[in-house]
Amino acid sequence: PPERKRFYQNVSISQGEGGFEINLDHRKLKTPQAKLFTVPNEALAIAVATEWDSQKDTIKFYTMHLTTLCNTALDNPTQRNKTQLIRAAVKFLETDTVCYRVEEPAALAELQKNEWDPVVAWAEKRYNVAIGSSTSILGPNIPASTKETFVSHLASYNMWALQGIEYVITQLKSLILSLGLIDRHITVEKAVLLSRLEEEYQIQRWGNVEWAHDYDLCELRARAAAGTLFVHLCSESLTVKHKLLQD
Amino acid sequence: MAALGSPLRTLRGLLRELRYAGGRAGRPYRDTPAYQHIVAAFRAHRVTSEKLCRAQQELHFQAATYLCLLRSVRQHAALHQEYHGRGERSPEEVAGLVGFRLPQQPGGKG
Repeated sequence: PPERKRFYQNVSISQGEGGFEINLDHRKLKTPQAKLFTVPNEALAIAVATEWDSQKDTIKFYTMHLTTLCNTALDNPTQRNKTQLIRAAVKFLETDTVCYRVEEPAALAELQKNEWDPVVAWAEKRYNVAIGSSTSILGPNIPASTKETFVSHLASYNMWALQGIEYVITQLKSLILSLGLIDRHITVEKAVLLSRLEEEYQIQRWGNVEWAHDYDLCELRARAAAGTLFVHLCSESLTVKHKLLQD
Repeated sequence: MAALGSPLRTLRGLLRELRYAGGRAGRPYRDTPAYQHIVAAFRAHRVTSEKLCRAQQELHFQAATYLCLLRSVRQHAALHQEYHGRGERSPEEVAGLVGFRLPQQPGGKG
């Protein structure tokens, strides 16, 4: 299908009853399910407006990650409630990238140990849980108490932030790396590097292919950055509209 | 706390990305809400005392994350244009690749 042309001159934000709205000329932005697009936080609204204003001749929706995240939060197309989102997030721990180790080649196993052990140790210390790692095909054996700790930690986030958290986890394939980002322990670039450790290892060995590797790298960085920013902006107590964020 | 480097460098990088992202020629990027919001936020959190340290770090992390977002989106879009932007070849072009020509069928396909 042909790309949609940019049909608006000016992008602005305004404050309505439900939160901040995005105006494309005189039209108010709506979600895919035709709801009024409102966000609880002014900085987030500005960033979304910037995405729309950055479009040149055609609208490249695949570059508008914050808009997409807001649409997901507003429409909730998968119809999941808070409990289901949290369960999906914590379930990732069973196949968490940084816990799932190889035995060969030795160089990769060593790299995983050196790069991933510290972040697992950080999570264990920070949350006072046992996680460990495993070379078994079944993955690590996560104690129930560990899962419960993470479930109750995630329950402290509101629905919007949780959508963002679950998104980052799905992109990075790791609950631990996502927590590292949300807790500001590692940068997005570092989290993506750790998530793609095996790819990076193979690239070092066999060479880089720009149209595939760099393409994937930039896309993952963009998505992880968008998700992290989204979580932080939706968790800020100052400008949160509690009405909008009710679970 | 993540290794973020110099806040000034992050700020400069951010403002540069906003300049690149400016969609509409004729509207200076300094007039945009994003530019003004970022500059105001950095000004408000200037170093004055120890107590602001945590708020500063949070702002810096947020700024660095937003910088990563803008930069990565720009780089990804550039790669997309360069390698994936041309779409599919038409049937005529595909035939031409191996030296064939599509048959002319007056009255259309059967």
